[in-house]
Amino acid sequence: MSATAAHTAPSAALRFVRGINVGVAIFLVLYGTIAVLQPSYFEVEGFLNFLRRAAPLIILACGQLFVIAGGGFDLSMGSLVTLTVLGGSMLAGGNPENTWWTIGVLYLIGLGVGLVNGLVVTLLKVPSIIATLGMLLSLNGAALMWSGGAPRGYLPENFRALGRLVYREVPVTGIMPLSVIILIGFVALAAWLLHATVFGRQVLAVGDNPRAAELAGVPVGATRVLVFVISALSAVTAGILLGGFAGVSTAVGQGLELQAIAACVIGGAQLLGGRASVTGAVAGSLSLFALFTLLNLMGLPQPLRETVQGLILIAAVASSAWRMRRA
Amino acid sequence: MKTQIGFVALLAGLSTGAIAQNFNDPAEFERQKALLTVAPQGPDGKPWEQNLGGEKVDTAKYKKPGPYKLCFSNAGVNNPWRVVGFTNMQAEVDANKADIASFTHADAEGKDDKQISDINAFVNSSQCDALIVSPNTTAALTPAVEAAAKKLPVVVFDRGVDSKAPVTFINPIGGYGFGIQGASFIAEKIPAGGSVLALRILPGVDVLENRWAAAERIFKEKGIKVVGAEFTNGDNAKTKAIVEDYINRFGKIDGVWMDAGATAVAALEAFEDAGKPYPVINGEDQQDFLQKWKKNKLTAIAPTYPTYQWRTPVIAAIRILKGEPVVGPTWKLPQPAITAENLDKFVNDKMPPLHYALCGCEQMTNYPARWGGK
Repeated sequence: MSATAAHTAPSAALRFVRGINVGVAIFLVLYGTIAVLQPSYFEVEGFLNFLRRAAPLIILACGQLFVIAGGGFDLSMGSLVTLTVLGGSMLAGGNPENTWWTIGVLYLIGLGVGLVNGLVVTLLKVPSIIATLGMLLSLNGAALMWSGGAPRGYLPENFRALGRLVYREVPVTGIMPLSVIILIGFVALAAWLLHATVFGRQVLAVGDNPRAAELAGVPVGATRVLVFVISALSAVTAGILLGGFAGVSTAVGQGLELQAIAACVIGGAQLLGGRASVTGAVAGSLSLFALFTLLNLMGLPQPLRETVQGLILIAAVASSAWRMRRA
Repeated sequence: MKTQIGFVALLAGLSTGAIAQNFNDPAEFERQKALLTVAPQGPDGKPWEQNLGGEKVDTAKYKKPGPYKLCFSNAGVNNPWRVVGFTNMQAEVDANKADIASFTHADAEGKDDKQISDINAFVNSSQCDALIVSPNTTAALTPAVEAAAKKLPVVVFDRGVDSKAPVTFINPIGGYGFGIQGASFIAEKIPAGGSVLALRILPGVDVLENRWAAAERIFKEKGIKVVGAEFTNGDNAKTKAIVEDYINRFGKIDGVWMDAGATAVAALEAFEDAGKPYPVINGEDQQDFLQKWKKNKLTAIAPTYPTYQWRTPVIAAIRILKGEPVVGPTWKLPQPAITAENLDKFVNDKMPPLHYALCGCEQMTNYPARWGGK
């Protein structure tokens, strides 16, 4: 690391390469490979179907991103997804008339979970990784107790439609899954909140240096509580889409919180806060989902799949960290 | 990196080789195939008390005055099959109140080490006249069960142990039987040259491996093309995504074979969403699948691993403590398949989606509320 090297201005090409989010690059490579293996992915319809399946993970990653940007973790997301799906089936009981108030109740539960997570972290000073781990266990337990360990009801058709319905004969794109419309709305809202509002800047400030943020007059406590509420509400949204896509099962949310965190990191978010972008989180979750799809398509044996998945994750995060040091 | 992947591939290759050796036993395949055609003995309409032949074990040495204290070491209540089964067992205990003074349950939560210490605690507690065990894994639990069998009569059911020490081991025909029933039906019903997608939950579980070994063998014998065998982790969303990918890739899938039925409806929905005709499919006796089958007039079969087997150990334990002979050392229960002919007898939309129809619980008190029905 010589002084001259450090002062040489990077070439225009290099600057351009650095400007692209790693997540976007990884996604393009993975998706290209998928499409070579299975050409239907090159068509608009194939891509929209891919988006429909990736939508819950993207929404989770966007929610998780706020918590990470604010310097924390939310490990309770996956179990909140499970609770949403099981609770939705218990409340609605297969009756389409119950769908809308059921969704209302589910969001209230989400609001409650987010508030408890946030208040435990801010008032009781419990590190978020522990607070939300506790919430993960409690929610899993609650879901199992409520349902008696096995799903006890169906989700009504109009509830399922949110994750399952595909509009046919749409101009330009041909088809349009309802969940993709929900996804676009959600991502737009998240991007606006994080990048275009005072609140977004406060979240990043709290994540970067809470003490400095406090001295600068940022309401640190309220901001922290709010990021957990956003994360919980996004988990409920993802749960509604997942339940809609595939129906009721007790394993539906397992491990999703880690996937969401991994997606944020691949997308260049800095663990422990201060730097985050919605584009990155979306690209990161698309990469991760493309990776799952690709490994499935290649038909690798399970142990090898998991190993490759782990190696690619580490490589993605390492390259993102390396670029940060160089930037 | 390259060497690492090579090394991992080598490891993976070794482990699949080992699995294939352990779980594909041609002799056992033939034995179970033969058992599928055996007419059950025992009381009519009560398959949980029937058997498929087998000797009687003399239990005079265990005879003692009642009522009895029963203890149950359970591998776990961690899936809907076990939830329904354990509900059956509790109802059976309630139905025998006169003979049972207490029924103590220890849930091992799917952990071998916890189950070993549960069993040791039961044996040393002197609170158990007889011990019922549903082992988490075969090899790990064998020593603990053998040690317990020296102190008190032990009844093992569902998964087995490698030992003749228990008084009796109760289970239905087994994994090969399940695989044979599903695969034979699919092989017979799909058009010549048709393709089959196999969906499996996860590798390495003996019952599931046996089911797949049997199905693979049947498909090979009948010259059926298996376009893929995928692991779903029992997850609906993953199942649906995998099936969508296969429909995209091959355009048409004629048959879907499943090693367990929990995600059968998700697999069928993938065909609906793609606007394709339903495949020939095997599910299991879960209500959601049976209802879908009836509503859409599917070409389907439902092999079962009946949950009524959870009733039998309680009955056996009481008989043993009364000194009455029981079927043993292995007590094989009938393992029927649901077909288009008898579907109406089992489908019941008042029951929860993942209720297992072959619970043998319809005549028990508090049915259907106790099982979550309406």
